[in-house]
Amino acid sequence: MEQILKAKAINKKFGDVYACNNLSIELYTGEVVGIVGESGSGKSTLLNCLSGSLVPDGGNITYLDRDNNWLDLLSLPEPRKRNLLRTEWAFVHQNPRDGLRMAVSAGGNIGERLMAIGYRNYSQIRAEATEWIEKVEIDAIRLDDKPSIFSGGMQQRLQIAKNLITKPRLIFMDEPTGGLDVSVQARLLDLIRSLVRELGLSVIIVTHDLAVARFMANRLIVMKNGKIVETGLTDQVLDDPQHSYTQLLVSSILKV
Amino acid sequence: MSNSEEDFNFAYLDEQTKRMIRRALIKAICIPGYQVPFASREMPMPYGWGTGGVQVTAACLQETDVLKVIDQGSDDTTNAVSIRKFFERVAGVKTTENTGKASVIQTRHRIPEQVLSEDQILVYQVPIPEPLRFLEPRETETRVMHALEEYGLMHVKLYEDISINGEISTAYAYPVKVNDRYIMDPSPTPKFDNPKMNFCSAIQLFGAGREQRIYAVPPYTKVISLDFEDYPFEASRAEKTCEICGATNTYLDEVVIDDKGTRMFSCSDSDYCNSQKS
Repeated sequence: MEQILKAKAINKKFGDVYACNNLSIELYTGEVVGIVGESGSGKSTLLNCLSGSLVPDGGNITYLDRDNNWLDLLSLPEPRKRNLLRTEWAFVHQNPRDGLRMAVSAGGNIGERLMAIGYRNYSQIRAEATEWIEKVEIDAIRLDDKPSIFSGGMQQRLQIAKNLITKPRLIFMDEPTGGLDVSVQARLLDLIRSLVRELGLSVIIVTHDLAVARFMANRLIVMKNGKIVETGLTDQVLDDPQHSYTQLLVSSILKV
Repeated sequence: MSNSEEDFNFAYLDEQTKRMIRRALIKAICIPGYQVPFASREMPMPYGWGTGGVQVTAACLQETDVLKVIDQGSDDTTNAVSIRKFFERVAGVKTTENTGKASVIQTRHRIPEQVLSEDQILVYQVPIPEPLRFLEPRETETRVMHALEEYGLMHVKLYEDISINGEISTAYAYPVKVNDRYIMDPSPTPKFDNPKMNFCSAIQLFGAGREQRIYAVPPYTKVISLDFEDYPFEASRAEKTCEICGATNTYLDEVVIDDKGTRMFSCSDSDYCNSQKS
């Protein structure tokens, strides 16, 4: 396996507070890395730095693109960066409203990325949108409905279809199951996991839910106060936590 | 100070303002379809009545010009009459209703049926210059999208049209691509008029007063209406004949003519209709 994303010594300060303090992270192709930690530990800031929506104060991020070139993301020209975001990358927001256009039909939402990369055949766009809406287990009959009348779980699945249609290689997910009830959450995770396997995607998933991390991630990064306190294989970190904070996290899981 | 002729500068605007607008116009001509910001002035008429068009016209007018003003194709609707009178008063230029005799034509919602020539300027009144506005409300974002040529979103609108109505139902303000680069809103002209913009001999200037934007299409510039391969652009019109002049190839108005709801179709371009009649 080869690396697809390398971040070295990422720093990001808000005022005097380090949200990311000298963080380094590597992602391999086909790997799912989970970032866990309590609220305010800098998980989302790290994700936003990696995905280009925040500019870190210091550090170095490189990405291996489809044509096997290592791109320096911090000095990459804006058009190329936005092009990456539309084609090779995807970002699944916690709140689907951040990732969807609520006034545009489900089909239009799914087709947007295709149209953005130059698809100009209506029937073809519609056929692919239909294929994808079914892939995320939404009835194709809902293709012309607006996402505003969808349930939370459906909106989240729609957001995933919208993101995956251009066959990205790298997906950033920020609490993709936040705010969903447990049965919907389980189905969504199942769906994401099978799509990740099927398409061979590399994923960085931020979550505070250790069950989600256990289910999805191959490898785990535990963060606290902007620092990585522990990292390792998911099962290893969760079953045999070394750092006192990880031990606290694991012991705080509510048992039913 | 007694001579009222000297109280006004020619064509209402002061020379500094005209210079500012002319600079914006030159920039707009140089970058076809690009929206140039300008410091729009208060005009003695409300926004939505053509304050942008009036400023552009005032900046272009010379004493030898002959002005024609049309509103929805017609020379004698309120908007056209009031703007024509305004320039008769503040510029003293000759005015006409004859499309062929005019050197500057200010228009709202139509392009004249008669083919325009190289020595004419067509000034459009524009309410909303940003074609992406209703898809992406952030102006900062739409400016970046224009800069980086990210126009996929415009097709999302057309996609929505087809999925809801079975065809591209956008009938006016139909988006065009100018000179293979910028996507432009041709102002609320019917899409029937879009083909007239392509390789037009006249200079086409667009003024949006409230939004403070000027844009332009220089003569003989490619202007293509957006569409899908399998749903091509159609310059649609009512499939009727003008009941006044008998024209079958013009854009028609549908007019209710009595209390019983009787309707008639007639050319929206009143000057063209008159010329066909006689």
